[in-house]
Amino acid sequence: MSQLLYVQDLTVSAEDKELLHGITLSVGEGETHVLMGQNGAGKSTLGCTIMGSPEYAVTGGKIFFGGEDITELSADKRAKLGLFLSFQNPVEIPGITLSEFLRGALEQVSGKRMKLWDFKKKLKAAMQVLDMDESYADRDLNVGFSGGEKKKAEILQLLILQPKLAILDETDSGLDVDAVKVVSKGIEEYRRSVGGSLIIITHNDKILSSLSVDKTHILADGRVAREGDGQLAFDVLQNGFEKYISEGK
Amino acid sequence: MSNKTQVGDIDRSLYDFRYDEDESDFLDSGITPEIIAEISKEKNDPDWMREFRLKSLGIYNRTPMVEWGASIEGLDIDNIVTYIRPKSRMNTDWDSVPEDIKNTFEKLGIPQAERESLAGVGAQYDSELVYHNVREEAAQSGVVYTDLESAMHDPKYADIIKSHFMKLVPPTDHKFAALHGAVWSGGSFVYVPKGVKLDIPLQSYFRLNAKGAGQFEHTLIILEENSSLHFIEGCSAPKYYEAGLHAGCVELYVGKGASLRYSTIENWSKNMYNLNTKRALVEEGGKIEWVSGSFGSHVSYLYPMSILNGRGASAEFTGITFAGEGQDLDTGAKIVHNAPETSSYMNTKSISKSGGKSTFRSLVVIGENAVGAKSSVNCESLMLDRQSRSDTIPVIDVRTDKCDVGHEAKIGRISDASIFYLMSRGLSEEDARAMIVRGFADNVSKELPLEYAVEMNNLIKLEMHGSVG
Repeated sequence: MSQLLYVQDLTVSAEDKELLHGITLSVGEGETHVLMGQNGAGKSTLGCTIMGSPEYAVTGGKIFFGGEDITELSADKRAKLGLFLSFQNPVEIPGITLSEFLRGALEQVSGKRMKLWDFKKKLKAAMQVLDMDESYADRDLNVGFSGGEKKKAEILQLLILQPKLAILDETDSGLDVDAVKVVSKGIEEYRRSVGGSLIIITHNDKILSSLSVDKTHILADGRVAREGDGQLAFDVLQNGFEKYISEGK
Repeated sequence: MSNKTQVGDIDRSLYDFRYDEDESDFLDSGITPEIIAEISKEKNDPDWMREFRLKSLGIYNRTPMVEWGASIEGLDIDNIVTYIRPKSRMNTDWDSVPEDIKNTFEKLGIPQAERESLAGVGAQYDSELVYHNVREEAAQSGVVYTDLESAMHDPKYADIIKSHFMKLVPPTDHKFAALHGAVWSGGSFVYVPKGVKLDIPLQSYFRLNAKGAGQFEHTLIILEENSSLHFIEGCSAPKYYEAGLHAGCVELYVGKGASLRYSTIENWSKNMYNLNTKRALVEEGGKIEWVSGSFGSHVSYLYPMSILNGRGASAEFTGITFAGEGQDLDTGAKIVHNAPETSSYMNTKSISKSGGKSTFRSLVVIGENAVGAKSSVNCESLMLDRQSRSDTIPVIDVRTDKCDVGHEAKIGRISDASIFYLMSRGLSEEDARAMIVRGFADNVSKELPLEYAVEMNNLIKLEMHGSVG
């Protein structure tokens, strides 16, 4: 399969502290990868850096997306190329409704204006997949949403914006069993309808059970400590990190 | 009342008669009684108004300069006459209108003819027809909506004007109230009879489009018992005056059980000193709602005041202030609870960017007799960068312990996390910031009539343009 994302020997710092020390990984079109590691291993840092967070400075290496060097691009330009990040802690934006925000974002990433009626139809269909009450569309973006509702709203954005590659940063954490099911359903729908690639950061196999995982990357201390096939993710979740990290060394 | 549209009358502004005179006649003097007498003559003032102007001039000369709040040092007070002289009139040409104003017109999509009128040059924008229709509709419900000068000469309204004009805001209030009393010109008079509820909002926009109106204009609105009205003042397009002083006055009388909503969006050009005074007197069970958007001017002092004078009277103030580069906007509201069970609610937002300064100043007075009064003040500020400033100066003066008073203030900046979040969804940094600011202002724009809300959002977008650097 042709390569979509290629992270080449990436070193990343924040506030003069190096957090990632030369990470290399590549994700092909339509592939599902799992990114694992203990807290502080650098998973979110990597996810945010790929998306273009100004909080992290790339001090070495490059990021390629669809063959293009995006290392210096701002987050909005990456989004327009088809990158997406589902945030661990989505930000609340008072005064802007979920619906108006999504419509604006869709216009930006697709580069064309959509009729309000068509957009509403699309939104309604996506909300149904996620068992979201339609009234959420008219609520201020993430304001007063519970943890689960925020995560659902992230997946809703994934379904509407239809990126080529989505990084899901612990989208399943803190959710009850039912909510995880709904989120999984949303992810399956994304795979089915868009066929895009996924990088899933998780500590939980529930979200993985319905997906076919192509590759697993285990991070430790800002390095790739071990890589393997999809089965590795399940093994790690069952047996703990230590064994696999030390073997990797 | 007559069906004749009176818009043309506004052209008889106090400046016209000096149009051809040499400005230098006045440059080395302050305002003299002779100048005032001439204004009176030109306007054909009734005797009482002529005396009123002269008395106000005396007060003006005796009253010391305002020395608190935003600096008005740039105002040439020793030469105040230069602000009312003919050169400030519209005999400038389009080429002399500052670029930024022209660009704003462009972006707001205002037609060239109207642009010129708003900029104070060229022919008057032909809004007469719209204005006429509004007046017709109002007249059918018995509402009087006319300019103050003609109303003063109408025997039906002469007395009511005499007994209300500058009674709420007396010339002794402060120096610029006195100046206003001496040189006021143009403005609106609205009278809503008992029980009449007007569905369409009246807009002074059409009036302010008229040449010469809008610098020392006087608005007098009287609502009789159980009537209601929505009055909209100003417009969001920037008004450009070469002379940089606006000292208007608004007096609102809200009768028993009556309800008045007074909305303003002001976007004076950025050379303007906006020293405006607005006041409402609310009787038993009456209600005043202020919606106020301040975008323009170099310096503003603006604190609409509500005097709750009868049992159960209430006031609501919703305001937004946006101070950009070089602007020092000192805004807020005053509420006096002067009767039992009166209630007030104040909700303001202020935004400052590019070194702009916005100050929120509020005064809530709960008098001894205001037993059972309720008041809540809520102000939020958003600073868009490190150069900008925001101050909050709330004063609460409570004279009875049988009341319920609350105050909440929040000051914040746009977080990097919010910007990154929105950018990760495809919005440019500028659009992301504009979206956050628009959201911040949302509960104010919700209070505005739709077309004004849209224009306010456009304004925010315009103001935000180029804010990323």
